[in-house]
Amino acid sequence: MTVRGETSQPGRSVQDEWPLYEIFVRGKRGLNHVHVGSLHAADDEMAVRHARDVYTRRNEGVSIWAVRADLVVASSPDEKDPLFAPAGDKVYRHPTFYAIPDNVPHL
Amino acid sequence: MSSAPEHDADHHGLAGGDHSQWAFGTDFEDPLAGVDTSIPDGVDAHALAQYCLMLGDDALISSHRLSEWASNAPDLEDDIALANIALDLLGQARLLLARAAAADPTLVPLLPPGSPVPPEDALAFFRDESAFRNVRFVEPVNGDFAVTIARLLIFSTYRLAVLQRLVCSADTVLSAIAAKGVKELAYHRDYAGRWFLTLARGTEESRRRLVAGLTLVWPLHDELFRTHAVERVVDGQGIGVDPAVLADEVGVLLEQVFSLSGIDRPTLPAMGLVSGRSGRDGRHTEAMGRLLAEMQVVARAHPTGRW
Repeated sequence: MTVRGETSQPGRSVQDEWPLYEIFVRGKRGLNHVHVGSLHAADDEMAVRHARDVYTRRNEGVSIWAVRADLVVASSPDEKDPLFAPAGDKVYRHPTFYAIPDNVPHL
Repeated sequence: MSSAPEHDADHHGLAGGDHSQWAFGTDFEDPLAGVDTSIPDGVDAHALAQYCLMLGDDALISSHRLSEWASNAPDLEDDIALANIALDLLGQARLLLARAAAADPTLVPLLPPGSPVPPEDALAFFRDESAFRNVRFVEPVNGDFAVTIARLLIFSTYRLAVLQRLVCSADTVLSAIAAKGVKELAYHRDYAGRWFLTLARGTEESRRRLVAGLTLVWPLHDELFRTHAVERVVDGQGIGVDPAVLADEVGVLLEQVFSLSGIDRPTLPAMGLVSGRSGRDGRHTEAMGRLLAEMQVVARAHPTGRW
């Protein structure tokens, strides 16, 4: 048995580690898939199987998305201010400046 | 679940309001709570109980072997996958042993007065080796991951075929247990099949190990399809299945995996019986005694223990 990250035979073109996948699960009552974590898998199909075993053991989901982590395009923490700070002082973008009618439920 | 809807709201998110999956196991004390365990007309209760022991012991011993992978699998993801499969099989074992005990209470080992050990646990932890009715195929030590995958592929393909027939069993309890198990086994077979293919087509080393694993487990494979007297009786009464009729069906399925994997079906001779007796008669391999010793030691040390 090989320890994770260790190749069985040095010099062979075997990847040190399986690729990382980000896992999204949609619950029975959820409308959208929610990120639940990540895992390693040998290939795409195995990623879905592993996600089923790791993240839906307690009956959490009815649908799984697995995405190769290296295919996710992410914003950089360095860009935090230019990207997000300008929205911080625009409170008028929140729909809060009207009275809520008493007879409209679920608002 | 009807009271306190406010509090239940949290749990509904998990269970989705669909409680069909809780047909079994809602009651931790009695796995067959609320199920009619009366014996159908024309059914030999003793044969039914013996048959449930066979199916239950297959699952129990297989589950124990797979559980030995916990914390030892090649990676975290397969560690959890194998533990999940072990747990599925343990659940099947529990229901089947409870069914065996309900059908024929004389099978259950006697424990000291006041012992809180339920009948299915008494069957699992207080029977001696010769009273176990599992096939020898599930007993040997795990070996490496490839050996486990080869064994799991064959076992889950065989067991799925058995349970698919048992869905129509005249015993409604057995039929319900089978209906639950079919979904679980379909996943086990899928998992093992994918890994079989991956190892076969992976590296030279993974292929070498897989072929070695298949060669190792194959000699006990024939026993899965050998008809035992009890199986002949339950088959005749419409409650069980004669495994011999499944050999072709299982063979074709395995052949598909072998062919996709580019691996030849082994031609090794079957391991012989001991004085004409096999695992189904209580004659087991050398590994079985050690397996039971480890599995039973704590329960046997505390026969009146509460868990």
